[in-house]
Amino acid sequence: MHGLINRAIELFLRDTYGQEAWDEIARRADLAPPEFEAMLDYPDALTVDVLAQAAQLLDKPEAEILEDIGTYLVSHPTAEALRRLLRFSGADFTDFLHSLDDLPARARLAVPQLKLPPVALTDHGQQMFSVTVGRREAAGFAFGHVLLGLLRAMADDYGALVLLEHKGCRDGVETIDVQLLEAAFATGRSFVLGAAG
Amino acid sequence: MRPGAIETLGALLDVLCPMHLIVDAMGRITHAGPTATKVLDTKALTGRDFFDLFEVRRPRLDPGVPGLRAAAGRRLHFVLRGPADTELKGVAVPFPEDRALGPPGGVIVDLSFGIGVIEAVGRHDLRSADFAVTDLAVEMLYLAEAKSVVTDAWQKLNQRLQGAKAVAEQEAYTDTLTGLLNRRALEPMMRRLIASGQEFALMHLDLDYFKSVNDTLGHAAGDHVLRHVAQILRQEIRDGDTVIRVGGDEFVLMIAERTSDAELSRLGGRLIRRLEAPVAFNGEVARISGSIGTTRSSTYAKPRLAVMMDDADLALYAAKQAGRGCHVAFRPGLRNAVEMRSVGAVPPV
Repeated sequence: MHGLINRAIELFLRDTYGQEAWDEIARRADLAPPEFEAMLDYPDALTVDVLAQAAQLLDKPEAEILEDIGTYLVSHPTAEALRRLLRFSGADFTDFLHSLDDLPARARLAVPQLKLPPVALTDHGQQMFSVTVGRREAAGFAFGHVLLGLLRAMADDYGALVLLEHKGCRDGVETIDVQLLEAAFATGRSFVLGAAG
Repeated sequence: MRPGAIETLGALLDVLCPMHLIVDAMGRITHAGPTATKVLDTKALTGRDFFDLFEVRRPRLDPGVPGLRAAAGRRLHFVLRGPADTELKGVAVPFPEDRALGPPGGVIVDLSFGIGVIEAVGRHDLRSADFAVTDLAVEMLYLAEAKSVVTDAWQKLNQRLQGAKAVAEQEAYTDTLTGLLNRRALEPMMRRLIASGQEFALMHLDLDYFKSVNDTLGHAAGDHVLRHVAQILRQEIRDGDTVIRVGGDEFVLMIAERTSDAELSRLGGRLIRRLEAPVAFNGEVARISGSIGTTRSSTYAKPRLAVMMDDADLALYAAKQAGRGCHVAFRPGLRNAVEMRSVGAVPPV
């Protein structure tokens, strides 16, 4: 698993549950030194183990942790760069939904080694959508839950009001239902194209 | 011309290429796309002379609108006159002569920032909606930003690795018992000194009676004595000098200044006196001394580590033969003297 994913998991756990909790999770997962390098590659089993140890230590379902990671990636100041990169995908939330299919390609464009499972949006009309997430071979964790948290936070970021529901996993494919109640429900966070330069 | 044709055309172009301008035969701007209007930020844009606002930099064209018309379809380089001197790429297409679309003699100019889009976005506060839907500018901005994020991550990793490498090297060159440099540092330090071109002296110090301290008082006492010796050596050298523990009870000093025979002899004598001072350890007293062989870089046309070490060794051997606890400076005749006396001589301790 790419270090960026592992590093995101680590930063989320540290920022949310504290250094001690992270150290304990890292110790239980035999991660020494207890940190991931964003630009190095790690065995998939290690990521799976870190998530399992976190779920056990924090006494939370893994799906919930994954969803929180998705939200963290958009809303936490540590991940501001990623939020900006995601905002390039669309001028509003509807636009963003329609560009979800491009997400893995966009990720690859930024970091060629970063491989995300295929994502596809189906438009059912009347502001109802579903997003399917194909399980990457031996990825070992349900990326759909991360995407759900990420979508929730991106809706907030755009100021859209949405209902999201993870419909489970069939034949290795996860499905998320998206109901867009109001595209411009609140003032979203600002996004200026050239701000980071 | 059908009434309203030019307005209809303008409205279509506003969506397809929002940074276009429609210019009449006289060079006056008659319509500007929304992004062009935003970028030019000029009051009463309609009616302004195109060439007041833009300079055609490349290729070289005939002046005025006829020049633009003649360059139909070619890649044009404009400069937007003003403090920023913004460079723009563009293409011109002449209106057809049959008046179907607009007054003959006019031209449509479509503009783009090209590679300068990254700066332009900040300067003109451009949004995604300011670019045509098919324009890849926003993707390019995404890529530029992604690149800087990723480069940053690489750089941080490199800095951490660089730091770790420095620590590892430091550790690799350090003798853990005394904190002095170890044998591995001998060659690089020597190479550095030789490369610097300055004169220096190589002192080879071998402790005397150290083995008996180890044998009678134990290794803990021996270690204590070695740390004590290291402290003396550190105190006696100056900045720019180097002390290396090259073996169990052997040390090499590289002295960068003070390289006259008299100075070296004084330093050697002082070192030996201090080494001979009794060292207390756990209620016992350890006594050692030291023999020193010295050679100077100025003795050689081209100083080399192996030769200098060999000669310093020889001088050290001579010091041992002379009864230990003394300092001998290498001289070319020394080799014969030592070899002649070596039959039945006392082996070095």
